[in-house]
Amino acid sequence: MSMNSQGRPSTPVATGSQHDTETVSGSKGLYQFEPLIFETDRWGKTGVDLPKAKGTKSRLGGVERTGKAELPGLSEPETVRHYMRLSQRNYAIDLGLFPLGSCTMKHNPRLNEKMARLPGFADIHPMQPQASVQGALELIDELATWLKTLTGMPAVAMSPKAGAHGELCGMLAIRQALISRGEADTRKRVLVPASAHGTNPATAAQCGFIVDEIGADKRGRVDMDDLRAKLEKTDDVAGIMLTNPNTCGLFETDIKEIADLIHEAGGYFYCDGANFNAIVGRVRPGDLGIDAMHINLHKTFSTPHGGGGPGSGPTVLSEALAPFAPVPFILKDEDGFRLVEEAEEEAKESFGRMASFHGQMGMFVRALSYMLSHGADGLKQVAEDAVLNANYIQAKLKTVMTPAFDGFCMHEALFSDKFTAEGIETIDIAKALIDEGYHPMTMYFPLVVHGAMLIEPTETESKAELDRFCGALESVARRAAQDDDTLKGAPYLAPMKRLDETHAARKPVLKWAPPAPEQLAAE
Amino acid sequence: MRYLPLTQEDRADMLSAIGANSVDDFYTDVPESARLPGTVPGLPDHQGEFAVERYLTKLASKNVTASDSAFFVGCGAYKHHVPASIDMVIQRSEFLTTYTPYQPEIAQGTLQTLFEFQTQVAEITAMDVANASMYDGATSCAEAAVMACRATRRKKVVLSGGLHPHYAASTKLLCEAQGIEVVQLPAAIDGELELAGAVDDATACVIGQSPNVFGTITDMTPVADAAHEKKALFVSVFTEAVSLGLVKPPGEMGADIAVGEGQSIGNSLNFGGPYVGLFAATQKLVRQMPGRLCGETTDAEGKRGFVLTLSTREQHIRRDKATSNICTNSGLCALAFTAHMTLLGGKGLHDLAVLNHEAACDLADALEAVNGVEILTPRFFNEFAFRVPMNAADALQGLLDRDVVGGVRVSRLYPHEDELSNVIVCAATECTTPEDIAAYASALKEILS
Repeated sequence: MSMNSQGRPSTPVATGSQHDTETVSGSKGLYQFEPLIFETDRWGKTGVDLPKAKGTKSRLGGVERTGKAELPGLSEPETVRHYMRLSQRNYAIDLGLFPLGSCTMKHNPRLNEKMARLPGFADIHPMQPQASVQGALELIDELATWLKTLTGMPAVAMSPKAGAHGELCGMLAIRQALISRGEADTRKRVLVPASAHGTNPATAAQCGFIVDEIGADKRGRVDMDDLRAKLEKTDDVAGIMLTNPNTCGLFETDIKEIADLIHEAGGYFYCDGANFNAIVGRVRPGDLGIDAMHINLHKTFSTPHGGGGPGSGPTVLSEALAPFAPVPFILKDEDGFRLVEEAEEEAKESFGRMASFHGQMGMFVRALSYMLSHGADGLKQVAEDAVLNANYIQAKLKTVMTPAFDGFCMHEALFSDKFTAEGIETIDIAKALIDEGYHPMTMYFPLVVHGAMLIEPTETESKAELDRFCGALESVARRAAQDDDTLKGAPYLAPMKRLDETHAARKPVLKWAPPAPEQLAAE
Repeated sequence: MRYLPLTQEDRADMLSAIGANSVDDFYTDVPESARLPGTVPGLPDHQGEFAVERYLTKLASKNVTASDSAFFVGCGAYKHHVPASIDMVIQRSEFLTTYTPYQPEIAQGTLQTLFEFQTQVAEITAMDVANASMYDGATSCAEAAVMACRATRRKKVVLSGGLHPHYAASTKLLCEAQGIEVVQLPAAIDGELELAGAVDDATACVIGQSPNVFGTITDMTPVADAAHEKKALFVSVFTEAVSLGLVKPPGEMGADIAVGEGQSIGNSLNFGGPYVGLFAATQKLVRQMPGRLCGETTDAEGKRGFVLTLSTREQHIRRDKATSNICTNSGLCALAFTAHMTLLGGKGLHDLAVLNHEAACDLADALEAVNGVEILTPRFFNEFAFRVPMNAADALQGLLDRDVVGGVRVSRLYPHEDELSNVIVCAATECTTPEDIAAYASALKEILS
């Protein structure tokens, strides 16, 4: 009989004892151990092939670096493997549902990536002659038209680099409008609901405003009595910052009255557009009386979150604020498109410049690709499916978990921790969800709901995936209600056990340092 | 719609499970006058992948790319080679399609790369600590100014005459909104050391740049000394990160805060964004820093891991008392930066810097030989300013007509400095070939003759 005629088929064999799950290498099956790049023997080496320098010329005039930058250089195979292995320690949308409320983790279409990499967009310089970048300027202008039309607003500032930067843009426009009215020194108070994203009060403070918090009512909306009381004195009011749909996943029913009240008080209405995905294509914020709103292209318009950016935060502006928009912006005349880069002449009322160049072009290409793909009909469907999916989750879980508010939600479902047994916290549910193969929901936000769990599925999840997710969360929620204290140790199945964040903050280690000599001797 | 998995049947099933008649039930809180009867008017309906690709490709083809021509544009963004493996790394779904690493047990990939990024940035700037990135160079600079005011409890900053005007404008904007006085020194090709004489007891910080917007490199140690004598901080700015491989870095000049643009390493030109702001400081100032910081810790079993840390500085905890309003930063661009630095290592960065410098020296030699050209930058890395005996805009248009993208006319950055209206700033990098340089010199010769 030849060796290979039968092969060596494997068959499970019962063994008496459980094998130790620790390994010598630190790797476990497909999971590969990977040290820091500094823990390699590639110090003083490099992984790039560069032509030899001639070594003859210098016009440095003696301003040379004295100590060399000491960093290891890995070869390409080592580099690729390093990042490949590290990538496998990350959860991602492309792996599964990513229900972070208020973050809109939707599918990132691959066409958008391909388009952003066209050399005509990726390999052009922000300061090259404008005659040589007419296609790029046209694209920005086209995207601006889409954003203005979808929001029903007359103007948009394209340069803000992320959502919080867009907030800054809107609030600086308000500040500039107050300066032009001669009231910047007196109108300092900005009303911000207690449920707001932290960026709202932080932005207001960065613009020199004073934050005045307004409460929420029992329905999770702005407490109108509190608002009216806070507007009794009007001559110091600069404006209001309000998220709509709000961070409780609810539409502010009194939004038009809020707009009227703030305008009557002489202030402006900043709307945080983080949750635009719930209403895109169905409701135009311009019809609600707002003065400014940033749009997170990395939320509603699907540009990838990239592990924390880059984002992009174009900010639409009302007629009242449009003259104060930042530079640069694009104008079209008989010679084609051109950039207005200085806050003078055509932009003499502009509040100035916010960033190095013209905005997040790479994100603009992706967002326009997304918009063109969906069209007006598809975007309406996006909002409706996002809201339908969230309500489906709320309906399926409302008997085991505690919905924070009655009635339908918009694009995210909010629960409180009321249903949990004493001692079990929101964080325990979140970490147990990791063991079930899901990224946790947003936890402990908004602050107005105890032990908040905010779930935003987005429109790019199928019904089958929602059913699986609800099944997993339901089982975790039942364990939480029954005081299953094994939840406190979760996650058990992730690459790492629960990490000690308190220790990290006490004595921060923010970069790698070579091991001390005594430690080396001990090894 | 290819990106929407729900079928009509699913939708009907789900509505009945919810107990709603139609999706309209979910929108009853919207004021009636704001409910659109149909789709948003004035926009086209959906299109197939091919149609979208064709349209965008056509737009892209209307632009002249940096690889299509002899290309010499700098002033804050630089045409460098990005190794093919970098794009592969940042297109890994686990990096591309994940969120800020708030759940560290399932985000160690992102967190470890950020820890490595911070270590690399600290090392090349010769500073103690670096954060996990900012939006871009200009916004980093603005944040450094307000951070210095916070740290010193003073309300005045002084900007050098060589600080990139876009950085100066962004800094002025944020400072003035917070009631901080900004003193701008007059535009100067070689004037960074003037900062030393401009610092007084009210000054929170002085901000100088090397290489500056005209390409001039300066040992700003005297500026740091003068600032420290008055208990002010010195903020050191760079727009060309590759220069750190060869030129005196902020930490060797006594900088308290180092900020700059990281685009040059690992990132494409992208018409100005997304880029990656670098932000480093001394250990003493760490709790005043803006943005994310990644730190080392252990898990429940004592294994080393990484988490976002010192978040009590940040907006989601501290709200209106936060050090900055920044939330999303430039995560994926930072990944591209760190992956490229991982390939380069300290040696590769140095070698790359030398190539850049030699290309710029060759370019300067060639242009200097053209009749009428005067090089104005006394010491430079890979970028310098030169004067032509004609309007710079016309000279650049003439060059463009000859397939040479010759640089930036200084009047685009300083519209009111008439004596700079015939000055051009040009840059060379490792991508610049001897043929490009020859093409530039001969085209310029033609134009000036």
